Amino acid sequence: MSAQTATELSDLLLKQWNRDPANLLQILIALQRDLNHIPNEAIRYLASELSLPQSVVEGVIGFYTFLHRQPRGHYDLLFSDNITDQMQGSRDRAQQLATALNVDLGATSEDLGLSLGYTSCIGMPDQGPAALINGKTLTRLSKERMDQIADLIKQQTPVDQWPEEFFTVEDNIRRRDILLDTVLDKGAALTSYLSQGPDKLLDEIERSGLRGRGGAGFKTALKWRFCREAKGEDPVVVCNADEGEPGTFKDRVLLQSYADRLIEGMTLCAAIIGASQGFIYLRGEYRYLLEPLQQELQKRRDSGLLGSTIQGHASLDFDIEIHLGAGAYICGEESALIESLEGKRGIPRIRPPFPVTQGYLGRPTVVNNVETFIAAAMIADNGADWFRSRGTSESTGTKLLSISGDCARPGIYEYPFGTSIQTILDDCDATNTQAVQVAGPAGMTLPASEFNRVIAFDDVPTGGSFMVFDHSRNMLEAVQNFADFFVHESCGFCTPCRVGTSLLKKRLEKVIAGHATGMDLEKMIEIGHLMKTSSHCGLGTTAANPILDTIEKFPLLYDERLKTTSFEPAFDLNKALDEAREITGRTDPGAYVEGGGV
Amino acid sequence: MIRHFTLDGKKIPFREGQTIMEAAQDAGIYIPHLCYNPEFVPHGSCRVCTVKANGRIVASCTTPATEEMQVENETEELQGNRRELLQMLFVEGNHVCPGCEKSGACQLQAVAYYTGMLAPEFTYFYPMRTVDSSHPDVAIDYNRCILCELCVRASRDEDGKNIFSIDGRGINTHLTVNSASGKLGDTDFDVHDKAAQVCPVGAILPKHEGYNIPIGQRLYDRKPISVVGDVADHQEE
Repeated sequence: MSAQTATELSDLLLKQWNRDPANLLQILIALQRDLNHIPNEAIRYLASELSLPQSVVEGVIGFYTFLHRQPRGHYDLLFSDNITDQMQGSRDRAQQLATALNVDLGATSEDLGLSLGYTSCIGMPDQGPAALINGKTLTRLSKERMDQIADLIKQQTPVDQWPEEFFTVEDNIRRRDILLDTVLDKGAALTSYLSQGPDKLLDEIERSGLRGRGGAGFKTALKWRFCREAKGEDPVVVCNADEGEPGTFKDRVLLQSYADRLIEGMTLCAAIIGASQGFIYLRGEYRYLLEPLQQELQKRRDSGLLGSTIQGHASLDFDIEIHLGAGAYICGEESALIESLEGKRGIPRIRPPFPVTQGYLGRPTVVNNVETFIAAAMIADNGADWFRSRGTSESTGTKLLSISGDCARPGIYEYPFGTSIQTILDDCDATNTQAVQVAGPAGMTLPASEFNRVIAFDDVPTGGSFMVFDHSRNMLEAVQNFADFFVHESCGFCTPCRVGTSLLKKRLEKVIAGHATGMDLEKMIEIGHLMKTSSHCGLGTTAANPILDTIEKFPLLYDERLKTTSFEPAFDLNKALDEAREITGRTDPGAYVEGGGV
Repeated sequence: MIRHFTLDGKKIPFREGQTIMEAAQDAGIYIPHLCYNPEFVPHGSCRVCTVKANGRIVASCTTPATEEMQVENETEELQGNRRELLQMLFVEGNHVCPGCEKSGACQLQAVAYYTGMLAPEFTYFYPMRTVDSSHPDVAIDYNRCILCELCVRASRDEDGKNIFSIDGRGINTHLTVNSASGKLGDTDFDVHDKAAQVCPVGAILPKHEGYNIPIGQRLYDRKPISVVGDVADHQEE
C-alpha cells in the first residue's frame, strides 16, 4: 500500500470520526482492517492532524493485540486459545493447518499472505474450537473443516466467499427463567418511565435489589443515583460489552438476540440520569456483531425510540454510538474501558474520582454490563416484585451462566441466584466432574467437595463463566493456561501485576517440569498474596487466584511433581552445557557436571 | 478545623483533599516510594508506598486521608511487601549496582537498603534492552528504567515537550522517545529540562559528569533515604 493511500484513508477516517482524538482507537482499528497494519505514514499523519505526539499514537497501537505496525497477511487467522478451546482440540487444529500449508504457527507466510497465531478466548467455547479470520468468527473447527480452510487459503479464495456455515454462531440457550422467558414490548420500559417519573422508577429498581451483572455486584440503582446527582454536566451511558473473561459468552447471546432490550435499558438509564450520549463498547472479538447492532440501533431510531424527541418527548434525546475494542482483556475494567473509549491505552484509572462523577472525558458516567441494562429495562416494565420472585435476599433475580467444558450440553443457562453448582452440573449433563472454574480465571476453582455451594454474590459470585473439568483432565494445564493468559493481558502499569504474573508463570513451569520444591510453592503463595493485596486494579488482585486456589484445594497436583530436595536450582548448569558439548563434540566424563546452577 | 488521622500511632493533621502521602510528608514522616514526586500528579504504579489504611492495603500516594483513618506504615508486613516489590523491579530490568554510575545516588537502591532487601531472590529476567547515547548531554540506559513515568509526566506537564511515552503492554511495557528515529538526539530535549532531573534511578543520566562525586560521598552513602529525601530534590544543587 503506498504512502499516499494510507494518508488518504487516514484523512477519510478522520472526517468520519470528527477529527476527535477520543476516536483515535476507532480510526486505528479501521486502518488495520483496510491495510492489514498501521503504516508509519498513517501514524505521522494522524499524530499531526490530532495534535498528538507520534509516540502516543504508537503507544496506543502497542497496547492492543489486534493492532500491528508490521503487515499481517490478508488471511489473519487467530485460534482462540482458552483452555476450553484446547480441550476441544484447538491446538491440534492449528497444527493441522500449519502443516497442511507448511507455515509456522505465530508467523506470517508471505507466499500465502497468511498470518497464523493464537488469541485469548473469543467467547465461543460452546461451539469451539473457534478462531478469528480477519476479525470474523469461525466456529466448530472440525478436522474436515480445517482441511477445507487449508484448500480455500491455497486457492486464495477471499474470506467473504467462504461457506456461510463456517461463520454460524448459535445461541444455544438451554435454560430460560424470568429474564429470557418474559416478553418485553418495544418501548415498554420507557412508557413505564414516562408514567412513573425518574424518582419512582429509581426507587423501584432499588427495591428490586438489582446488582451489576459483570461480576462486581455494585447496586445498580445506587450507581444511577450517584450519577444523576453528580455535579458534572452532560452525563454519559456506557454499556460494557467487552466480555473478555475466558469462558463467558452470555453477553454475546444477548447482543445477538436481545439487542433491542439492551438499547431499551440504556435509554431508560439515559432518561433517568439525563444523558444524551451513549456508547456500546463492543469487544473486538465480537466484530461480527457490529453491523447487526447498528441495524438494531437504526430500527429504534426509525420507531422513534432512539435519537431526538424519543416517544414524542422533547426532553428525551439520546443516541448510542458503538466503539470497538481491539484485543485487551483489561478494557473490561470500567475505568480502563473509559480510557479506551477516549482513544487511549487501556490503563485503569486511579479512584477516586469514580466514573459516576468523572468518567468519559471527565463527565459523570454510568458503566454497566449488557445483562444489567436488560434486567433494569425488564424491572421497569414488570416491577421489583417480579424480579424478587427469584434469587435470594442478597442476590435477587436470576443470572445467566455460560457453560462450557466437559459437559454434554454446553450453552446459556439462566438460573435463579442461590442455585447450587451440583444442580447446574446435573442440568448440563456433566459427569465425573473433577472441578469447576467459576467466573473465569479471575474467579474460583471449586473441587467436588464444594459443589454444594451456590451461585450468589455472597457465596460463589460470577460474571457468567462456568467451565467444567472432568477427571480425565490435568488441572495443571488449565492453571498454566490461565497463568499465560494473565501474563498476556496484564496492562503493565503496576509492579506487582506486571512482574508478578511473569514470576508466577515461570515458577509454575518449574513445577510442571518437575524441578520445583516446597520452597517454590511457598514463594508462589507469597507472590500471589502480594499481587492480591497490592495491585492497582482487579486484574492484578485476581490474577493469582487459579494458582492460589489450586495449591490450597488440589495440593496433590503440585506435591506429586515436587523434588524431594529442599533446594533445586532454577538454572541447570549441566543442561546449559549441551550446546558446548555439541559444538566441541565432547562426550567424556569431564564434559559433564553434577549439580551446580543457581 | 484541622482534621487528623493516625499513622503508626501518631496523630497527623491533614487538609481536605490531601493524600496520606502528602500529609505524612508535611508532618516529616517518610513513606518509601519511587514513582511519587510531589511536583506531579500521583501515579500509583510502583506500589512501594503501600500502607494499611483501616485494614486495607492501599497506595498512600493516591489515597485521600480521612478523619480518624488508622494507617500503618512501618510494620514488618508492609516492609516485607515493599522488599518483594523492589525485588520484582530489580529482576525485571538489568540493575547491576556495582557497575552503575548512579550507585549511591539511586532511589531504587536506597529504598532497597532502607527496607532491608538483601538480595533479589527471584530469577532474573535479563531482558534485552538498549542504551541511547545519541543526545550530546544526556544518555538513556533503558536497562535501568522502572517505568515510574516521572520523565513522561515532567516532559508533558512541566516542559510541555512530550518527549517520553509508554509503549507495549504487560511485561513488554517500555519507555519510548517521541522522534521518528526513537532516539533522544533527534528531539529538542535539553539537559536543563525538568524531565532530566526527575529519574529516580540511573535510566536518564547527564553526560560529562560521571563519577564527579566519588563513591562513598554520594547522596545515600552516609545517611538513609528516609533522612535525605528523593533524588529529584538534590538534582539541581
